[in-house]
Amino acid sequence: MCGIVGLFLKDKSLELQLGALLTDMLVTMTDRGPDSAGIAIYGDRASAGAKLTVQSDQADADFDTLAADLGRALGVEISMRRKDTHAVLELPASKVAEARAKLAELRPGMRVMSDGATIEIYKEVGLPKDVAQRFALSAMTGTHGIGHTRMATESAVTTQGAHPFSTGADQCLVHNGSLSNHNNWRRRLRREGIRIDSMNDTEVGAAYLTWKMREGASLGEALEGALDDLDGFFTFVVGTRDGFGVVRDPIACKPAVMAETDQYVAFGSEYRALVNLPGIETARVWEPEPATVYFWSH
Amino acid sequence: MQSIDLSTTPLREMNATLQAQKDQTNATHWEIHNPRGAHAIAVGLDAPIEVTVRGSTGYYCAGMNKQATVHVTGSVGPGVAENMMSGTVIIDGDASQYAGATGRGGLLVIKGNAASRCGISMKGIDIVVQGNIGHMSAFMGQAGNLVVCGDAGDALGDSLYEARLFVRGTVKSLGADCIEKEMRPEHLEILRDLLARAGIDATPEEFRRYGSARKLYNFDIDNAAAY
Repeated sequence: MCGIVGLFLKDKSLELQLGALLTDMLVTMTDRGPDSAGIAIYGDRASAGAKLTVQSDQADADFDTLAADLGRALGVEISMRRKDTHAVLELPASKVAEARAKLAELRPGMRVMSDGATIEIYKEVGLPKDVAQRFALSAMTGTHGIGHTRMATESAVTTQGAHPFSTGADQCLVHNGSLSNHNNWRRRLRREGIRIDSMNDTEVGAAYLTWKMREGASLGEALEGALDDLDGFFTFVVGTRDGFGVVRDPIACKPAVMAETDQYVAFGSEYRALVNLPGIETARVWEPEPATVYFWSH
Repeated sequence: MQSIDLSTTPLREMNATLQAQKDQTNATHWEIHNPRGAHAIAVGLDAPIEVTVRGSTGYYCAGMNKQATVHVTGSVGPGVAENMMSGTVIIDGDASQYAGATGRGGLLVIKGNAASRCGISMKGIDIVVQGNIGHMSAFMGQAGNLVVCGDAGDALGDSLYEARLFVRGTVKSLGADCIEKEMRPEHLEILRDLLARAGIDATPEEFRRYGSARKLYNFDIDNAAAY
């Protein structure tokens, strides 16, 4: 069991409330996933071009001179915002790959959560309300966001095993279920040059979509491919820089409820997660069909 | 009319209050407000009371119901009226997966659509769905009637025993050992009665009947190679 929430805004006037709305949805899903929680939020575009969200278990030591050290190594100016165990580094988009390599040398204990023009990912072990508080999620703003509360079945309860997973620029995926052919796909995707950091099944799902989109597929086409190629139980919710997608496996035993109004498209593992959204009383509320791809874009 | 507001009354207290009603209670009408998707609302009732839930519920609404009439004005999550014994459960909106699962008696009416596994392992319950139902519905159904005014999804009636299935629209596919059967006068009578009790205006003659081919009841040595 896990909990998923997602909110894709159509009405710009709600963007200031995105973090608050998502946090409320996330905390409601605590009893579906009390061991860890995470959120991917698509906020302001990085003025330097790209953002790297990084995480460290020794944040004080690792973050102290991080921006200066990395800037010196790359020969560019880098800015940093710290949030608890996470920090967001802003740098030119052309330097992202090099920055990842340098970070592995400069701070071997640090992990990169995501990179992209707008995405930031925050995730930690602990109750969703505590995770939300540590990162001040409710104050965040943006166009869309996806959250996850985890009850681990397939790999360890660690920061690295928490969702969302990001395997490509501005991409993220959260998952309720378990994949059964992920080891084989992990090998195949690594051979294709796709970055996979953990032994977690969901990360392979994310990497699969990254690979499909790298090969030219749209988000919708990549999700169609997942239905053919991934074996197991899944309800996936996926974000890209301007898109938001949902797909459930053909058996569809992992729950899902969606709501749409003129202002937003929302996803919840249960209807409970949606009850505080504005206008939910008159929203179109439905259960996404099995083996059917849904996606929206700005 | 008694009223319980779930925004101020704890769920367990609400259920305990309803479960404490006796056959001869004077408090026969109850309204539950602000369900807000909560789980296990109005479960385990055992008195001839009428409960109206104003809004939508989460998992297992009206589970194990006996005698009571539970009416939900919104939609319900998975497992509505699971293992119902008797009484009536009416859902104005949609129902999520395994509605009426393992039900032994009573009537479940869903005015919207029901998702997958509707009536799975039904054992005597009657289920009437005004809209469509999802895949694997009535899987291993043993007794009772499932009436679908819309369409049925894949693998309807897989491994069916003696439950009767009536579908007015299309059936995407039939499950193993489920076949279309002749609609005889006694079946039209059952259907007419169920539609009337569900308050649904439909003509019994427009439905088709499906049931078990009874080929899976016993192990057949000629099938050994299939395992």
